[in-house]
Amino acid sequence: FAGLADVSISEDIPVEGEITVPVGSRSPDEDYSTLDEPVKDTIMRDLKAVGKKFVHVMYPKKSSALLRDWDLWGPLVLCVSLALMLQGGSADSKDDGGPQFAEVFVIIWFGAVVITINSKLLGGTISFFQSLCVLGYCVLPLTVAMLVCRLVLLAGSGTVSFIIRLIVVVAMFGWSTLASTAFLADSQPPNRKALVVYPIFLFYFVISWMILTFTPQ
Amino acid sequence: MATVDDLKFQEFDDAANLLAANPDATTISIDEPGEIPKNRHSRLQEPGREEDDELLGTDDSDKTELLAGQKKSAPFWTFEYYQTFFDVDTYQVLDRIKGSVFPVPGKNFVRLYIRSNPDLYGPFWICATLVFTIAVSGNLSNFFIHLGKPTYHYVPEFRKVSIAATTIYAYAWLVPLALWGFLMWRNSKVMNIVSYSFLEIVCVYGYSLFIYIPTAILWIIPQKVVRWVLVMFSLCLSGSVLVMTFWPAVRDDNRRIALATVGTIVLLHALLAVGCLAYFFDAPELDFPAPIIPVHNGTAVITKS
Repeated sequence: FAGLADVSISEDIPVEGEITVPVGSRSPDEDYSTLDEPVKDTIMRDLKAVGKKFVHVMYPKKSSALLRDWDLWGPLVLCVSLALMLQGGSADSKDDGGPQFAEVFVIIWFGAVVITINSKLLGGTISFFQSLCVLGYCVLPLTVAMLVCRLVLLAGSGTVSFIIRLIVVVAMFGWSTLASTAFLADSQPPNRKALVVYPIFLFYFVISWMILTFTPQ
Repeated sequence: MATVDDLKFQEFDDAANLLAANPDATTISIDEPGEIPKNRHSRLQEPGREEDDELLGTDDSDKTELLAGQKKSAPFWTFEYYQTFFDVDTYQVLDRIKGSVFPVPGKNFVRLYIRSNPDLYGPFWICATLVFTIAVSGNLSNFFIHLGKPTYHYVPEFRKVSIAATTIYAYAWLVPLALWGFLMWRNSKVMNIVSYSFLEIVCVYGYSLFIYIPTAILWIIPQKVVRWVLVMFSLCLSGSVLVMTFWPAVRDDNRRIALATVGTIVLLHALLAVGCLAYFFDAPELDFPAPIIPVHNGTAVITKS
């Protein structure tokens, strides 16, 4: 070690550097403050989250993305579009026609709330808004079915079109029920799973019935 | 003076060994507390009351009353209080539904199946299912009846769902409320052995409506005879469940009041069935081939009957 004592830094080499310890990620301030970002970024982030959840519903695997980051934008968009498409149902008198916009809206939201309360009362561990989120997003297949039905009805409204509509609605009803069951059934105690799944089945059955019985003016 | 040996801990032999060694020693036996009331009741009762024991399940009624007092102890503004009304498993709900569809003569639905654990799951969801079943079946039945007529245009009749919902939920909740109030009032005048809590009555009524679900589906068949046979059949089944539940509660009362109460229960049940059939399902028209009546001036007029 005697040689090290002779090491000295010559004074004409500048010594630079930072004294502070570099932080691995950005500082917390930059993470949470989204006030300064452009509006497009904010909207695109939410849209991407909604789109990702749509993909999760169409290909239901047991991923927790739908549950963890719940949002209600998707259910709102789906509910409004479904209710709008169910408008214009035929009616001789105002009394006997199809469901009005408010009725569809109320059925979907009130039904989802009742099913959520039911599953929580039976001892489920899922949170209120997570369950609403899942039930709302799983209306997507039925909204697709409604779109297909309206297109088929443009072509004609005979028996053939009815059979096509029936097959499409039944398939989408099964898809919706299976998708929501895949997300929700795990949070229930095992001896009560059927008690929780049955109201979901009833809920999507009622929506499918409204879609199937839609007859245009 | 006690020796050191006396103060040492002594192991006592098993009671059987001690008794075998000294057969004449006096012994005390402590019975199970549940057995004593049973013996007492069977000795003191007249033979006519034995069926009440079976109906009541007197053996465990003391225990279940204590348990019932301990169970719902959460204050009514907490969520846990309402969770106690949903404390049922799948097999329990299925058992209760089975008990309401196949009434065992002599067995009380409440004592046999509910046993101080009334749930609100069954009544609520059976009513919801019944509402939608009646609305959907009525719509389908009307569609098939009027199919083929040139003037018929299919309508989904969505208004009827809200009417069905109001009717069925009112029946399933207000009638038990009235019945419970009436039974409480009679209880204050005449000492009844059997008294039901409000939730147990709601439970019985809710589960007894289950038979109307398959009945409503079968009402799609557009034959008057078939529909009325179905009404009678389902009324007998669910009416007998109700009668067997409520007869022990009023039998100690004045004979006429007891009969009037049970009669009113059955009458309201029948009214619900007949009312739903009349309002939601159009009358099936008779399918006669149109007769041709020759008119005097030679032209034939086709009339439809």
